[in-house]
Amino acid sequence: MNIVGQLAPLAFGLAVIGSGIGVGYVIGKTIESVARQPELQGRLQSLMFLGVALTEALCFIAIAVAFIPFPAP
Amino acid sequence: MTDVTARVMSDAVDGLSQPIDAPTLGAPNPEPTLSIHVASLIATAAASDDGGVHGPAVTVAVIILIFWLGTRNMKIVPGRGQAALEAIFMFVRNGIVYDTLGEQRGRRYEPILMTMFFLILGMNLTGTIPGLQLAGTAAIGLPLILAVVSWVMFIYAGMREKGAKFWKDSLFPPGVPVWLYVFIAPLEFLSTFIVRPVTLTLRLTMNMIAGHMLLVLCFTATQFFFFTVLADGNLLGLLGVGSFAFGLAFTVLELFIAALQAYVFAILSAIYIQLAVAEEH
Repeated sequence: MNIVGQLAPLAFGLAVIGSGIGVGYVIGKTIESVARQPELQGRLQSLMFLGVALTEALCFIAIAVAFIPFPAP
Repeated sequence: MTDVTARVMSDAVDGLSQPIDAPTLGAPNPEPTLSIHVASLIATAAASDDGGVHGPAVTVAVIILIFWLGTRNMKIVPGRGQAALEAIFMFVRNGIVYDTLGEQRGRRYEPILMTMFFLILGMNLTGTIPGLQLAGTAAIGLPLILAVVSWVMFIYAGMREKGAKFWKDSLFPPGVPVWLYVFIAPLEFLSTFIVRPVTLTLRLTMNMIAGHMLLVLCFTATQFFFFTVLADGNLLGLLGVGSFAFGLAFTVLELFIAALQAYVFAILSAIYIQLAVAEEH
């Protein structure tokens, strides 16, 4: 049996595991801190978006891998 | 080396060592350069390859139009339009620039960060406007240029405030055993001068591409379900209602992401400047 396809989506799926955990951690910790100190919500929210953006960058690098023109074997 | 070349070179070096002030709104006589620049920008950008409407050209024209109309007739007691514009300006100035850089230093870098924010916001929003479709920032050229601008900006900021100490601080962070510098210096170089612009570029581009693909997926599925499956009399075609609803929901999400990515790009540029000029102890 021959299976033909692209490996890039698989690699992307693997990469998303890591950044998914990271983003969840950032947002969860932010919710925790807002529950503790609701008056800091605005500041914490902008920090959260920053942390999410930095973590997300990893999975966007993974998408970009699919666009690299690797030479055919 | 002749005297003339030596003099020219020393003049050039003097010119470089002069502090270059960022352009401000109150700069003397900015109109001629501005109008030439804008006119040529629109003229070159409006010629689309496929003869259709060119998103980036429309975006630039709309941004210029909004700010020209909005700031043409300023009043001390603002009307509704002016108040809305001022609210956005205040958000960028206070929320992004002054919060990160402080007021004194922030005033120097405010114009370029604000330009970046509004350019990226406008270009991102073209992705959700019917007829323009693909976001201007989904082609890698624009984010790449903006990331290079931000890269040059934080190196310039560091060199201007700390001189050679900027390179020492960013490559050899203090408080580390000397022998570790063999490993740390290349890593710091990589993370500061290579990874930063690359991630700035990829984050913006890939966000826009991925969002666009998501919308394409939802709406082509809707088209398929309604006009191929349902037209054949198969009731499975009613799944198209679901994919259409998801498409609309993701459009709203794209609107939010467009604003969020503009915010993230601007605030990361500001943070990089702040890290470059911060005093290490």
